Amino acid sequence: MSAAGAASGAGAPLVALHDIHKRYNVGLPTETEVLHGISLSLAHGEFVALIGPSGSGKSTLLNVLGLLERPSSGTYTLAGTPVQGLDDDGLTRLRRETLGFVFQFHHLLPAFTALENVTLPALARDGQVSAALRERGRALLAGVGLAAAMDRKPQALSGGMQQRVAIARALVLQPALVLADEPTGNLDTASADEVFVMLRRMHAEVGTSFLIVTHDPRLAARCDRVIEIVDGRVARDAPSALQP
Amino acid sequence: MRRIGFELTVAVRFLREGRFQSLLIIFGVAAGVAVVAYISALVTGLQQNTLNKTLGAQAHVVITPLDERVTPVLPRAADERPFSDLQPRAQRLRNLSNWPLVVARLERQPGVAAVSPLVAGSGLAQRGEATRAVTVAGVEIERYARVVGLASKRVAGSLQLAPGDTIAGITLASDLGVRVGDRITLSTGPRSEVLRITGLVDLGVRELNRRTLLVPLRTGQTLFDLPGGATQIDITLDDVWAAQDLARSLAQQLPYKVESWQDTNSQLVSALNAQSVSTTIIRGVVMMVVVLGIASVLVVSVVQKQREIGILRAMGATRGQVLRVFLLQGALVGAIGSALGVVLAMALVFLFTRVVRGPDGAPLFDITLPPALAAQVALVAAVAGVLAAVAPARRASRMDPAQAMRS
Repeated sequence: MSAAGAASGAGAPLVALHDIHKRYNVGLPTETEVLHGISLSLAHGEFVALIGPSGSGKSTLLNVLGLLERPSSGTYTLAGTPVQGLDDDGLTRLRRETLGFVFQFHHLLPAFTALENVTLPALARDGQVSAALRERGRALLAGVGLAAAMDRKPQALSGGMQQRVAIARALVLQPALVLADEPTGNLDTASADEVFVMLRRMHAEVGTSFLIVTHDPRLAARCDRVIEIVDGRVARDAPSALQP
Repeated sequence: MRRIGFELTVAVRFLREGRFQSLLIIFGVAAGVAVVAYISALVTGLQQNTLNKTLGAQAHVVITPLDERVTPVLPRAADERPFSDLQPRAQRLRNLSNWPLVVARLERQPGVAAVSPLVAGSGLAQRGEATRAVTVAGVEIERYARVVGLASKRVAGSLQLAPGDTIAGITLASDLGVRVGDRITLSTGPRSEVLRITGLVDLGVRELNRRTLLVPLRTGQTLFDLPGGATQIDITLDDVWAAQDLARSLAQQLPYKVESWQDTNSQLVSALNAQSVSTTIIRGVVMMVVVLGIASVLVVSVVQKQREIGILRAMGATRGQVLRVFLLQGALVGAIGSALGVVLAMALVFLFTRVVRGPDGAPLFDITLPPALAAQVALVAAVAGVLAAVAPARRASRMDPAQAMRS
């Protein structure tokens, strides 16, 4: 499936942000506004890079997109659901139904094995891990090249391997959108490349949309679409230069 | 189980991950529970022992005729000063009217273990030059034996009372220099009888051993000039603590004076109450320490696990789930700790009965850890664990997932 095609295709967008503002320390002398009216939309099946200098608000935008933070104002519709009307549990439910996360510092739970980490979202949703989902977890781990490391704890895995576990975890419940915050930021060049290839392959296989925050321009160039944030505003939103 | 499958899994993993902390606090809980259970068992044993010693030779409820009063000619108002005062009456020994009916009725009453009518008065026991003031009790020996558990108190001779026989306290016997088979003269006012000692008893209280002389009921009636009468009814109950209630209800139904052992041993009762209150305070304080211990460990754990809490939330765990993860940790620590504590308390009790012995080598007194008490203490500790976890768990559940992960 061509991501660019999906982006231009008709139908309701997966993500629609309109005039999103995010302020911190509201009411305090240190009040700061990080996002100044962001509007953008993502379609199903896109593979998008979110770039920008540090402090530009990328991570904040990602947290807003990931329902980890509420915007101070503006509207956000995710998979057809207006987010601002939801309470905390509603946000959590929507998050686990539609979103997967990959963080810069892999964020695996050290007390759980690789496979258990991958199936954790299923455990949180269902209270147990069904045989089918455990099988899916195994398949995903095999898909990211970790068939031999399923029962190892995160400490026994390299950074790149941990990040691949995190990718498998993000995909286990078949989310519509995977949000990745500097997924390769903490890795050496070889591992970074490996992880990125893995992301692209998963995108091709599963058809899930990906939004990848990065400040590596080479990585951004390998995505289908690049959104650049500068000082809390969308500075550029265009198909990647490498795209045909 | 499935409903809290996530919470249980994560709680157990978190506890296993912080193994050292978890063990410390589990042992802390165990020590607290052991102390509470042990102290409770010890005090219960101690009180039981004291009660047995005190009540061993005493009826739980005693019925006697009402005191005789002089009835004033005119009723007097409370604020009125008397023109003349009345001399109180001397209390002579009187028959308890209708006593056979009352005894029969009391014996049918549930909770009553034994009932014994007696004629009780004072007299002088003489043998040769020796004279001792004694308390004479004319009894039906089978009934009386049941009321005070005489069988276990026999020291010499038999517990049979044929006409002309008497059973004496051991100190009285040695004061008079008599043994089983010897004769003494007992005089009560105008009457006197020669009685043969058939048995000696140790009632456990020196004063009783020095004064008690048991005679057959009929002999007692003769000695005190109350043919066919009884001056007192002794009652023993299955549950000593029911005595006060029974005494109160009997006093309302019967035209007699009814006294419970609590009325006659008010000092003992207040001592026992003081003990119970101290025990309760100790238990309360220890439980508070346990709660604070669990709470402080969990507070630290919540801070340490901020990032993991953030991950769990990002992975789709609700606030409620995070809350329950920490509540469960408190419950698990409380439950495991209290199970361990009960075992520890049993060991302490065993040690106590083995090590603490009287001069004769027998255990000083019996202490046991009743299963109900152990279960109660353990349950309280488990609940305390959950309570202790409430504040940390709420803190964890309120954490903003994005904030939690950034730190």
